[in-house]
Amino acid sequence: MATFKFELVSPERILFSGDVVSVIIPSTEGEMTVLAGHAPLVATLKAGIVFVQTTDQNGKEFFVNGGLVEVNHGATTILAEQGRFLEDVNAAVLDQEILTAETKLAGSHDEDEQKRLHDTLVQLREFKHVFEQRKAA
Amino acid sequence: MPSLKDLRNRIASVKATQKITKAMQMVAAAKLRRAQAAAEAARPYAERMETVLANLASGVTGSSAPRLISGTGSDKVHLLVVCTAERGLCGAFNSSIARLARDKANALKAENKTVKIICVGKKGYDILKRQFEKDILEVIDLRAFKQVGYVNAEGIAQNILARFAAGEFDVATLFFSKFKSVISQIPTAQRIIPAEIPTDAPKTDAVYDYEPDESEILETLLPRNLTVQVLRAILENAASEQGARMSAMDSATRNAGEMIKKQTQLYNRSRQAMITKELIEIISGAEAL
Repeated sequence: MATFKFELVSPERILFSGDVVSVIIPSTEGEMTVLAGHAPLVATLKAGIVFVQTTDQNGKEFFVNGGLVEVNHGATTILAEQGRFLEDVNAAVLDQEILTAETKLAGSHDEDEQKRLHDTLVQLREFKHVFEQRKAA
Repeated sequence: MPSLKDLRNRIASVKATQKITKAMQMVAAAKLRRAQAAAEAARPYAERMETVLANLASGVTGSSAPRLISGTGSDKVHLLVVCTAERGLCGAFNSSIARLARDKANALKAENKTVKIICVGKKGYDILKRQFEKDILEVIDLRAFKQVGYVNAEGIAQNILARFAAGEFDVATLFFSKFKSVISQIPTAQRIIPAEIPTDAPKTDAVYDYEPDESEILETLLPRNLTVQVLRAILENAASEQGARMSAMDSATRNAGEMIKKQTQLYNRSRQAMITKELIEIISGAEAL
């Protein structure tokens, strides 16, 4: 199968780097799957799961919260504001994220920023819901 | 001529100092490894960010460009963000950053521009307050955090952005020390507002689709870029600080060793002289009988 180079980078470290078959990305406009030969694209991300299909049949899952994806001919890069392995994510981590977002929202006075923070909060709550359902299943 | 007891005390105290500097050197070496790894791990993100930003910015020019790129149109008020260490005993590390900032501030003042300063780290404040007490807006203390990370950088970036939005300054410059190697750290000044767009970044001629549109992405990207620049400065600084401390403590340990050697020689010589003197006294006393 055709593969392309994919990198998932958070400010602190590189989470994933290698050749992949497909990547499912939670963009703000909706989830999308990127395959080899995708048209060049820049999109923002929301809180959600990045699913990476590597060549060896095994998928890898990461949790990202906010950031940016750049799809280029031959290489795709996710610049995640926050990123971690899905195994490391639990309800406590999400609650902490939600709490941080709430305090930020409460402390903000700028209207544009409030709107953005509110969106983040909604996304996080949505994701927590999905996450709990997944766990139950 | 110091007495034998004086010399013994002196040697003992230098030995104690040597033990401390030796321990500090080893601690710095251990911390350096971690700080260096953190600084290197943060590089790819900053680099990618630069490339994406360069691509985006080349598409948005003129009056439509956000103020974080185009600036406010004037350069009357300058903000200097001076990142230094929280602790001393690291050679010329703090003073060289402070000197760079001070030179810049003096140059700006000579051109009749207003200078405002934010100090990140206590040591820079200690040095700069002598001359610029009135210009210092704030001191950000990171001492409480064992491992500074994205959250701290975000706080500082938010602070700067809020001040920019309130029209407190026109141009912001970040001062920090770039980590080149253990023995070489380069104090650096970097303009962060308006953002310096690297022109030599590898350009792709691909036509991108933007979701949502270009200006909206740019608007979320620019504040984040600021955070990343601040984070980079802090991490580079942390590595530089440990490197500077390591080499400073290494030479301090060596100096102490040299001093001990000299003092011990002096001690032995005066001890021998004393014994000889006593012998002469005894012999001449016996001869007189």
